[in-house]
Amino acid sequence: MISIRLLAGVALLAIASTPSTVGAQNIDKYRPVTQERLIKPEPENWLMYRGSYDGFGYSALDKINTRNVKNLVPVWSFSTGMLEGHQSPPIVNDGIMFVTTPNGQVLAFNASNGELLWRYARELPEDLVQAHPTNRGVALFEDKVYVATVDAHVVALDARTGKVVWDTAAGEYKNGYYFTLAPLIAKGKVMVGTSGGEFGIRGYIAALDAQTGKEVWRTHMIPGPGEPGNETWPGETWKTGGVSVWITGHYDPQLGLAYWGTGNAGPWPADMHTGDNLYATSVVALDVDTGKIRGHHQYHWNDNWDWDEVSAPLLIDVPRNGRTIKALVHPGRNGYLWILERNADGIKFVEAQPFVKHNVITSLDPKTGRPVYDTDRVLRSGKTVTLCPSHWGGKDWPPAAYNPKTQLLYVPAHENLCSTLVGEDKTPAYDAGKRYVGTNAALTKVFMAPGADHIGELQAWDLKTGKKVWTHNHQYMNWGPVLTTGGGLVFSGGTNDRYFRAFDAETGKVLWQYRTNSGVTGVPSSFSVDGVQYIAVQSGWGVDAQKMQTRLNNSMGTNTYVPQGGVIWVFAVR
Amino acid sequence: MPSTPLTGRRAVLKGVVASGICCLTPDIAIAQSDPRSARPQAGDRFVFANGDRKGAVVRPDDVPMGGPPLTVYPQDTSGTTRDGSRLNQVILIRLAASDLAETMRVQAADGIVAYSAVCTHAGCDEWAWLGAQKMLKCPCHDSEFDPKDGARVNVGPAPRRLPALPLKLVDGVLLAAGSFSARVGFQPA
Repeated sequence: MISIRLLAGVALLAIASTPSTVGAQNIDKYRPVTQERLIKPEPENWLMYRGSYDGFGYSALDKINTRNVKNLVPVWSFSTGMLEGHQSPPIVNDGIMFVTTPNGQVLAFNASNGELLWRYARELPEDLVQAHPTNRGVALFEDKVYVATVDAHVVALDARTGKVVWDTAAGEYKNGYYFTLAPLIAKGKVMVGTSGGEFGIRGYIAALDAQTGKEVWRTHMIPGPGEPGNETWPGETWKTGGVSVWITGHYDPQLGLAYWGTGNAGPWPADMHTGDNLYATSVVALDVDTGKIRGHHQYHWNDNWDWDEVSAPLLIDVPRNGRTIKALVHPGRNGYLWILERNADGIKFVEAQPFVKHNVITSLDPKTGRPVYDTDRVLRSGKTVTLCPSHWGGKDWPPAAYNPKTQLLYVPAHENLCSTLVGEDKTPAYDAGKRYVGTNAALTKVFMAPGADHIGELQAWDLKTGKKVWTHNHQYMNWGPVLTTGGGLVFSGGTNDRYFRAFDAETGKVLWQYRTNSGVTGVPSSFSVDGVQYIAVQSGWGVDAQKMQTRLNNSMGTNTYVPQGGVIWVFAVR
Repeated sequence: MPSTPLTGRRAVLKGVVASGICCLTPDIAIAQSDPRSARPQAGDRFVFANGDRKGAVVRPDDVPMGGPPLTVYPQDTSGTTRDGSRLNQVILIRLAASDLAETMRVQAADGIVAYSAVCTHAGCDEWAWLGAQKMLKCPCHDSEFDPKDGARVNVGPAPRRLPALPLKLVDGVLLAAGSFSARVGFQPA
């Protein structure tokens, strides 16, 4: 149980400065999050973005299961006071919950009853641009809580008090760099990747010392002159080619390698960055000690459809050809489900297949996985193309989940969704911190494929056979991150009707649903306190989900309104 | 005791104000005393914010009839361009008088209307122009504003209209006739 005492008011003087912690309660007993605990988290806790280093999004807890989930009810909720995309998971360590919201706010709660313990409120610069106003969670290590902010800082907070221990500028927001991801922590390093591809950044992953905040290494996702891969960028385009790292990497402790997904090259039209554009739209393996790139696989070359491969692949053991492959499994924004093999020497292509209908990639090289494109659908300067899946892809950032009990992979997908893109006539002039996309936004269209009856899907894939075993259709979009549990359940929201749902993990049948305040684009998590299992998620529509809704309203003649404003929901069986 | 943190914060805020330590952070204080960062004022003219003519004074004829918008910075009477803050960017749009709402006709000069170039939703400052509808569209999150009618929000997540900047023509030179009608930029909760 949590023991609490009031802090002296002197700590509150910090509110007159920037940033600040406004909290009045201290946590006396806090169990430090060791490296060993991160490698093997207890089932009752949810210690990182996806719960574990392998990225499964899986909780072994089974008190809530297919039989009793119908009795799931909210036990507490909390209004965050923020608008826009509430995408971060409630992260829990021994009954203490940490939640981030847009604008870099961090909240600490008693996880079982919702009592607010402290609040860190960040005062953002008035000239900040928030192209993606969201945050995807904290990281925990030892006695600190780490958050990466939209103004490109990484901040370490005392887990007991919320007070700032260190605050490091790890990027320049005025030049378009910002953070939206939860940090990844391994070997005492706090690793973050930069957002900002739409502003002509040169994306990188940086590691900071967890104790001091001092930068230990920085690895750019676009190689510089003299580095392998720089030749895949013409002229000076490597300086401003984008390649963001939007989402937290996954980590293999045995190899000491972290696997990160990378964003698209920019500006979007292919002829504005002719070449393969390494390491855009790839998975990159980084040595956590040094930051050196130990391997990569580029899912598709010379991207021109905004198909960021933002999600890190899941580290799953997959049986193939009589042996077990240490695999990287990635349902890609490019609409293909990729299975790669990882080892200390690099990353090897195994197989891939489309999980949504596709009219751009016509085939893959069977040995390397390199795709062949329909050249009529390659976006170039001054050209108009129509593509399916749309520029939001077959699956965007919302993470898939893997259940080791069912051995199924659960993928939130967009099927039957297409878009029309129009390339600008020439490469835009680069102006630091300014939009640098190269398409005519006024002419972009997003629409349902003719004759189709739905867009959103939750798919379940059997990785042993490579077959899809069930699909649940949603009429419109699905921006729902996925949680799966030992109770044979899959939890996800993502739809514009504001529902948060529980599915039977074996069959896809909807077993429970609850209508929340807003659309649920938060990453769900599960934890237990005193033997009671809870399901937690944030509801707060915004960012891309809102933008897709606006565009679908335009193309489909609908007038759907999804309210904004975040609420943390915690459910239990009563 | 969930109310304790908020009670404490209010108490400290009262104390800060009462003690005369005023509310401006150093950055804001500097911005208001630096003419490069200060918001546009009556009498300012305008210069191109980018492109081949960056820094050149904008003439009324430079603003194309019917759009698209032209992004400019104000320049004070001493010749100091107010480009110390990106929040000072202004968009100029020339529209037919018959297209303009009555409230905008009095703020327009030679059919040209001026608004803050910074979206009130999330602070983006690039604009797509919907020529047929004569509508501004923010490419970041698809908010649309109607420049014919005070830049009211037509669709999208923006919570309020773009602040307007009244204009006047003096000896053929386009000048600001006042200051922005509202606070520029977005406001985090």
